[in-house]
Parts: sequence; C-alpha cells; structure tokens
Amino acid sequence: MSLFLQQIINGLTLGSIYGLVALGLTLVYGILHIPNFAHGALYMVGAFMSYFFMVDLGAHYWIAMAGSAAVVAVLAILCERLVFHPLRHSPPIHDKIAAIGILLFLEAVVQMFWGSDFRRMSSPFTGILNFDGLIIPEQRLLIIAGAFVLVVALQLFLRKTMTGATIIAMAQNRDGAFLVGIDANRVAMMTFAISGMLAAFAATLYAPINLVYPAMGHLVIMKAFVIIILGGMGSVPGAIVGGMIIGFAEALGGFYISTSYKDIIAFGLLVLILSVRPQGLFAKGAH
Amino acid sequence: MFKFASLLMTPAAKYLMLAFAVLFPLVAANEYQVYVMATAFVWAIAVYGLNIITGFCGQLNLAHGGFFAIGAYTLGLLTADYGWSFWPAFVGALVMTAVLGFLVGIVSLRLKEHYFAIFTLCVGFIIYLLIDKWEELTHGAIGVRDIDAPYGFGLVDFTETTPFYYLVLAFLVFAIWFMGRLSKSLLGRTFIAIRNGDELAQSLGINLMRNKVLAFVLSTTYAGLAGALYAGMVRFIGPDAANIQHTFDMITYLLVGGIGTIMGPLLGTVGIVWITQSLQFLEEYRMIIFGPLLVLLVIFFPRGITGSFLTWMHRKSQALAPAKKRQERKVDTAQNREAESNA
Repeated sequence: MSLFLQQIINGLTLGSIYGLVALGLTLVYGILHIPNFAHGALYMVGAFMSYFFMVDLGAHYWIAMAGSAAVVAVLAILCERLVFHPLRHSPPIHDKIAAIGILLFLEAVVQMFWGSDFRRMSSPFTGILNFDGLIIPEQRLLIIAGAFVLVVALQLFLRKTMTGATIIAMAQNRDGAFLVGIDANRVAMMTFAISGMLAAFAATLYAPINLVYPAMGHLVIMKAFVIIILGGMGSVPGAIVGGMIIGFAEALGGFYISTSYKDIIAFGLLVLILSVRPQGLFAKGAH
Repeated sequence: MFKFASLLMTPAAKYLMLAFAVLFPLVAANEYQVYVMATAFVWAIAVYGLNIITGFCGQLNLAHGGFFAIGAYTLGLLTADYGWSFWPAFVGALVMTAVLGFLVGIVSLRLKEHYFAIFTLCVGFIIYLLIDKWEELTHGAIGVRDIDAPYGFGLVDFTETTPFYYLVLAFLVFAIWFMGRLSKSLLGRTFIAIRNGDELAQSLGINLMRNKVLAFVLSTTYAGLAGALYAGMVRFIGPDAANIQHTFDMITYLLVGGIGTIMGPLLGTVGIVWITQSLQFLEEYRMIIFGPLLVLLVIFFPRGITGSFLTWMHRKSQALAPAKKRQERKVDTAQNREAESNA
C-alpha cells in the first residue's frame, strides 16, 4: 500500500511539472495557434539560468528562480517579436520550422557556454518527511505545492484581472477581441512572457531531483504536446488534467510495467487516442 | 546576368552537374572528400523523400529521421544477425520502410497540420526509444556491427570508397529523375493541390487520404533507401541514427535548398554538408548559425535558394518580355510555365 502511495506522490510530482510546461504551451497555442516547438528550449534555458544564478553567482534558490523566470520571459518575448510576429501571415508550416530554428539555436548556445555534461543543481530543501512509512522528499512536496500555487495564481490572473481577460478574449475570438479594441501585440507578448515564466518555474522546481543538460527539454516538451492534444489545444483546465493523466500513467506504468519503457507510455497513449479520436480527447472540434 | 542565369535553366546545366558529379572522384584531393560527397548524396536522397511529403504535399513529417533509421537498422540486422546478403536485405529495408510508412500514414494522416506534425514528432521519438531499449532485437545502445557492404557480383568492390560513391550517385540520379517525373505527373500536381488546401483539393474530387498516404509511403521509402545505403557505407549503426537531430538537419537542408523544388534538396544538402565540413569547428556549434538561418529563411526567403532563383528569373523575364517580339514572348512564357511546373 505504501508503495502504491509512493507512486501516487511520484505521479503528482511529474504531473505538476508536465502540467506547468503544458500550460505555457497551451496558452500560446490558444492565442496564436502556433505549436511552439521551442518551448522545451525555454524550459531548458530556465534550468540553466537558475543553475547559473545559484552556482556561479551564489544566489539563493528563490532568487535564482525569480531571476531565471525574468530572463526566460524576456527571451520568450523576443521570440514573439523577432520570429513569430513577422510570420503571422505565413503558412503554418513556416511557424513550425521557425520554432525548430529557435530550439536548435538555444540548445547550441547553452551547449557552447556550459557544454553537454549532466549537471546537478542543489536546493535548500533536501529534507525527507516520513509519514508512517511513506517517504516524501521535501523537494517533491515543494513541486506539488508550487505547481498548485502557480495554477491558482494564473487562474486568478486570467479570470479576475482586465489584462488576463484580454488573453481569454483573444483565445475565444480573435476578431471579436480586435473589435472591442484589444491590442493584439500586447496580448501576444504577455502570453509568451507568461508561458516562458511557467517553463522557467517548472524547470527550477524539477531540476534539483533531476539533472540539468542541454537536451533536457526534448522529452518534456514532447510530453507537453501529448498533454495539450489530450486536453484539447488551447484549453487551460485540459492542460492540467492532461498533465496529471500523463504523470500518473508514467509513475504507475514505470513501476508496475517497465521502467525502461516508461517514456514510451505517454506516446503510446497519444497514438492510441489519436487513432480513435483524431480531434483529441476533450476537444469539441479540430481547428 | 540574366542571360547567364537563364543558361542554368537549360537541360545542359543538369548534364553539366551530372558530369561534375561523375568526374568528382578524379578531381578530389583525397579519398576523404569522396567519402564526404557520398555521405552528402545519401542525405540528399533522404531529403528528396522529405520533399515529397513536406514540400509537395505540405505535411511537416517530423518522423523522417526515424524512417531513415528503420531502413538502416533493417539492412544492418538482416545482414549482421540473420545472414542475409546485401541486396536481398536492401530490398527488405525498402519493403520494411514502405510497409511501416503505410501503417503510420493511415493513422497519422487523419490528423491535420499541427496535430500531424506533433504526432509524427512522437512517432519519431517512439522509433528512437524502441531502437534504444529493445535490446534483444536491436542490440540497444551497443549498435549493430559487421554490416555487409553491397555485393558487387565479383565485378566491383563496394568496400572501396570510390565504387560506393558511384553506387550512391546512381541511386541519387534515379531519385532526382523520379522526383522530376513525379512533379510533372498528375500525381505530383495532386500533391500540390493538397498542399494548397485540403478543402479545395477535395472539392476537385481528389481522394485526400489515398493521395496523402501515397506521398507518405513514397517519402518513407526514400528515407529507407537512404538509410540502407548509409548502413552499407558506414557499416555500423547505433541508436543515434534515429536522433531527432537528423530530422531537423534534413529540414534545414530542404529549406536552404528550396522546399518543393526539384534541385533544392540536392543543392541544400551538398552545400551545407560542405560548409560544415570545411569549418570543422562548426560541427558542434553549427546550430548557432543554422538555427537563426532557418528563422531568417522562413521569414525572408521561404522558397530557399532554388525557389528564390526561379522567382527572380520569372520576374526578370516578365520585365523583358514587352521589349521583344511577340514570337519570342510566346517562347518565353512557355519556358516560364515549364520553370514554374518544375518549381
């Protein structure tokens, strides 16, 4: 039983991280209809920025996290301004190729500065809590709590503030949003900034129980894509639910079926679901 | 300038290029250069495959590198583990990639645009994971050793670099010839119609699914062909052959050369392979240059070298036309039409 609970905790941890990354991806997709393949690179840069602030500048974990979120937000805004904005009238295939270009560039730059070695990032939360045989490392609790706080904060921002409402409005109806005078450029930049920040938070939360290396974004971004397809592209609740589904499937599948094939589970699930329902699990209709 | 440029459009230019390719091993400074050229040609064949599904049919297939690896592994495993000789295994590799391409195609092509790209990205990754983890079949991370070189029927020894170069060249010429025929055929035009819009194509009575699957199978077979040749040349393959990086590389080659053109894949691949070769330090950091290059290309020159050249030629000839006699204009536009259908 306690082994099962352990897997539940693992599933929650993984699901929180995947959910945060997928949230950023789905927000950008909802607004601009771009599948941002570079999102995984932003996640990776987020981890390296935190690493840089902590190890090279000696900053505290929280300060490193805030600094990394700020850097990645600026980077995401630059991507929007310099790449996706000029491509807004191009055929969709161009956006995808450009996003791949950004991904390759960011990875190469990080590799140039830090090399392709695997690095360990420490965290001040190294304790282990023991609940009657159920062992939970503090960092995992922090991940779950952190993701919860971020999701609630995002929801409040989107629902309760005027600026948040403009993002929702544009996702719902682009032309309608223009008609009531919403500034598309502002919304696009803000969405990219939020998505970049979420990626940086997720990376900084997850890095201490994982490793930091230039290719770390690959698997995460692909799973995030699986999640937003499951949850419906552009749907915020869908990204969170989808993240949890994949997180639990991986934790339980990795434990009860096979550890070496656990990464295939998410993709196998996607292939299976899309074979039956080409428009996604919760989507009302394909775009 | 224009006159010189229009020479490039004549058939003579193609034969000149072919002659250069045939003579290349004689003028090359050393065997290594021949080897690099042969590698470039192998990749070019795979890029032609990507051009069919992505350039002509408009579906961004991110599993292309995976099918390349399947071709290479099929050939490698059949010759190294199951004792097949090269040519039957070669045919086996083509059949394998075609069949798997068909199976993946009928599932993935029901999806549109972004969904298709993401789905194939995942398929590519599944292929990589299977190759890496399924140790009983693929030897996992150790890779496959002792792959047979092509059997020369006692006439040629394909373990030598230069004979192998000519073998690859022969396949490349066939691949380009087939591509040229395809682009002029009804089937090629059908693919282009699909690229221009699903609904429009469907309203013309085109069976979307059947044509898309056909384009997909053709493209994966090209990838399998290239993969099998690669395995026969390097004679060792590891899971890295299925790395997504190869797919990204091929997209770069295709885009630089000119997506949806006949000569684009060749020019892009050979050009970039030589640039990275001559700047060795670039090998590891090449993406610092090629990443932004991809972005700049899709923003400013989405049709690549070949496409931009053809557009320029077209405009130029349009501008010159009124000054000439009517008769000449007729010839001119006929040429343009041909040039455009080539594009």
